[in-house]
Amino acid sequence: MTGKQNSNRIEVRLAGEGGQGMILAGVILAEAAAIYDGKFVVQTQTYGPEARGGSSKAEVIISDEEIDHPEVINADILVAMSQEACDKYASNLKKDGLLIVDSEKVRRIPLTNAVKAPITHLAIEATGKPITANVVSLGMLVGLTKLVSRDAINKAIIARAPRGTEELNQKALERGFAEAEANLAVNEKS
Amino acid sequence: MTVTLMQGNEAVGWGALAAGCRFYAGYPITPSSEVAEMLSRELPKYGGKFIQMEDEISSLAACIGASVGGLKSMTATSGPGFSLMQEHIGYAAMTEVPCVVVSVQRLGPSTGQPTSPSQGDIMQSRWGTHGDHPIIVLYPNSVPKAFDLTVTAFNFSEKYRTPVILLMDEVIAHMRERFEVPAPESLAVVDRISTNVPPEWYKPYGDTIGDIPPMPSFGSGYRYNITGLLHDPMGYPTQRLDEINPLVERLQRKINNHLDDILLYDEEYTEDANTVVISYGITARSARHAVKLARNRRHNIGLMTLFTIWPFPEEAVMRIGRTAKRVIVPEMNLGQLALEVERVVGRHKVVRINRADGEMIAPQTILQAIEGR
Repeated sequence: MTGKQNSNRIEVRLAGEGGQGMILAGVILAEAAAIYDGKFVVQTQTYGPEARGGSSKAEVIISDEEIDHPEVINADILVAMSQEACDKYASNLKKDGLLIVDSEKVRRIPLTNAVKAPITHLAIEATGKPITANVVSLGMLVGLTKLVSRDAINKAIIARAPRGTEELNQKALERGFAEAEANLAVNEKS
Repeated sequence: MTVTLMQGNEAVGWGALAAGCRFYAGYPITPSSEVAEMLSRELPKYGGKFIQMEDEISSLAACIGASVGGLKSMTATSGPGFSLMQEHIGYAAMTEVPCVVVSVQRLGPSTGQPTSPSQGDIMQSRWGTHGDHPIIVLYPNSVPKAFDLTVTAFNFSEKYRTPVILLMDEVIAHMRERFEVPAPESLAVVDRISTNVPPEWYKPYGDTIGDIPPMPSFGSGYRYNITGLLHDPMGYPTQRLDEINPLVERLQRKINNHLDDILLYDEEYTEDANTVVISYGITARSARHAVKLARNRRHNIGLMTLFTIWPFPEEAVMRIGRTAKRVIVPEMNLGQLALEVERVVGRHKVVRINRADGEMIAPQTILQAIEGR
């Protein structure tokens, strides 16, 4: 036990509908941090009984020291891929927390400083497959926060991608990075 | 050493393989099913056998049979299945057959709430089967610890010829955590002791070389009787008091004389603490978070995390009770291990925190109790 309390504990929530791959996104983020960046990581999840539809949520906690309580207390980062997810979890964000939403799926956004992007639409543009939206969202998350290194998330995605889809998923990741950079550039100007 | 991200249930499976488990019989039930899933895939690669049985009663029966035949055996289940296994846990205790029973708890009673966490089977794991039987129950608080304690569970079961229960939280079973897979040669693995006396001299339940009789495998030339009835040193049913008492006493003694080896726990800042939180499993991690917050606010708080819950670490808890003015026991049930803590340190010192609705106890709730709010 160290004196400074949880100074480097970062809590992430990835939420959406079942079938959007948010739990897999959580696992990939956790693997990037644990295996390739050498951090302490705990990843948990909840989902409804449905294979598709219903709500689905992954939580990832990343720290430089051993992690005690394994669930999100107040999230630093929330990625909301559905209106329901945003409604349910936005109020739990820390005051200076980061909210990333798919702007075509989330219309009512309770925070003025949320990062909005048509994530699923960007995925279709980049790969032709809406299913890669989870990877685009990871690219945005990492691009905006540098929570894990780009190298780590890239390796984690390649390791998890079904054989033959590595290139596709990397395109989705790059699209996410690009969107994050565009967003950061706009913020710097304003 | 390989670093990976691993789920608790998978860690139990890998721990079993590392400990030398070569037989699994079970009936899948959430939240334990990943143990079966993983071992059905991996056991055959190690020359082991995986059988999906028709129910939990037969599952443990098969494990006991395989163990008598010489294989380290395991099954995994949850609440309703654990209830069905109680009969054979008693049988394994009486016949002194090593086996490991993993129970990933879910909210009960009855079929309850399949994937909601609960710590409701603390007392069942001790007293679920009838009669004064010895038992060892281990309880991990993390994914790496789930691996370690699975190895330990096999070691204790082989060393003391007893069923060992690995009791787990759903949260740990399903969460993924960073895990540095230990090199196989770094693990201490214990195998049961066999014998080289001529078969006609062998006493399967004798106490001539100590409280734990050697155990040659069935089929290796040693023929003996195995029964759940009280038996004599040759394994035959007996009604003689001068045979019953020594057996009943030896069964207790073989565990109770080795508590230094069996009782596993961790203490942080307990030496001079006014208040000590005593906890186990996932709740101990919420407690650790609360204790850290409290120490930052200059409260003199300690934490004791139990890894062996049965036998109950009486002496260690008594020692804490001598110095601490207050002991807080958070658990995800309506107060089970708190009964033991109260027995040892006195009811007036114990503050219980209980929750049995399928949600974890938040660190803030424990912090409030620490601050007396």
